[in-house]
Amino acid sequence: MAVAVRVIPCLDVDAGRVVKGVNFTDLRDAGDPVELAAAYDAEGADELTFLDVTASSSNRETTYDVVRRTAEQVFIPLTVGGGVREVSDVDTLLRAGADKVSLNTAAVARPELLSECSQRFGAQCVVLSVDARRVPAGSEPTPSGFEVTTHGGRRGTGIDAVAWAARGQQLGVGEILLNSMDADGTKAGFDLELISLVRKEISIPLIASGGAGDVSHFAPAVDAGADAVLAASVFHFGQLRIGEVKDAMRAAGVEVR
Amino acid sequence: MLDYGSGNLRSVERALRRVGADIEVTADFHAALECDGLVVPGVGAFAACMEGLTSVRGDRIVGRRLAGGRPVLGICVGMQILFERGVEHGVETEGCAQWPGTVDRLKADVVPHMGWNTVRAPAGSRLFAGLDADTRFYFVHSYAARTWELNPRPPMPEPLVTWATHGEDFVAAAENGPLVAAQFHPEKSGDAGAHLLRNWLGTLD
Repeated sequence: MAVAVRVIPCLDVDAGRVVKGVNFTDLRDAGDPVELAAAYDAEGADELTFLDVTASSSNRETTYDVVRRTAEQVFIPLTVGGGVREVSDVDTLLRAGADKVSLNTAAVARPELLSECSQRFGAQCVVLSVDARRVPAGSEPTPSGFEVTTHGGRRGTGIDAVAWAARGQQLGVGEILLNSMDADGTKAGFDLELISLVRKEISIPLIASGGAGDVSHFAPAVDAGADAVLAASVFHFGQLRIGEVKDAMRAAGVEVR
Repeated sequence: MLDYGSGNLRSVERALRRVGADIEVTADFHAALECDGLVVPGVGAFAACMEGLTSVRGDRIVGRRLAGGRPVLGICVGMQILFERGVEHGVETEGCAQWPGTVDRLKADVVPHMGWNTVRAPAGSRLFAGLDADTRFYFVHSYAARTWELNPRPPMPEPLVTWATHGEDFVAAAENGPLVAAQFHPEKSGDAGAHLLRNWLGTLD
């Protein structure tokens, strides 16, 4: 037996409320991230991720409160990302009860932020989130053919996405969350080429995200090199359940909890 | 629970409270000496944890408790610092030396070892009593004790060592009289972790 491949639902949280529609039955308040987190835990989620999409910084306190209340009730690991700009933001989230914090745009702007966080809090709680896409025709190509984007995939940076993941490892992060912006929302499956390219360059855990639409999509992402798989909307809308995803992975020979 | 600035303090506190512990988080020397059971959590670097621990005289507290047969539970890096030494990035740091041996980097394709893994508990384990062999616990660590070197002669009781594998075998937990420790995070291991914490509480008088 080996360490199980983790199945991670991701919740988009805006000002303390879950943004995308939720199709769970038996919930008193389907927009409450805390209650939803507990439901995912009960369904067998191996970890939880909150993506804070709150636009206004004055509402950040609400996010911290949600993290605090979730940590009071849910006893599996919780990662929080979105809008994390400084070492002090990471500190506040960890104190509120997050186990890991993911960094994205701010790390692209200032990569040293990753090593500062890793040295202060330990590699185990620093996740580098990489929003990658194929370099569009007409733009300057990168060696891997993939580039890092920021602002939710709207802005290309010209930075090679595979090299950036490797740089994150050098700077001391404990894990890479790899989001395919091309596959995201298509429900046509994970971007296996992207996953395997990044896998070859890093030896820290790799979470694959973007494109899940069917239970059969998860095992190939693991074969391509993912240590964990993450999905958002397919879980929220009840289109896929954690249990059936794990059953399909198990049937395909993947070790799951 | 010993408060020496460890980041996972609150989650361990919440998990223990959930299973019915009356818990006080303290750096007070006498309170930490006199409680029924002392929990030593820990995340991050061995050297930083050891520095924090010694700043509240935690190494002495643990030593004095064990000399008096009073239970101590170390979690994650709180377990690692019970060994003689830790080696990180080529730098050796002295530990509490309650157990002989070295904590160093795991040799595996993917490190940190992050996620839910099974363990192999020996017969007679009180910590894992009532938990099936396929029960998984949440690990997140890059370093571990890869050997167990304490083999006392009778009539001293044999320590109960629980192993896990990630790339290679390492000590996942140990029960050595009043000194008990786990490399994984029971506080993040859902119901399995709660069961294990309840088992430990059950050993306290």
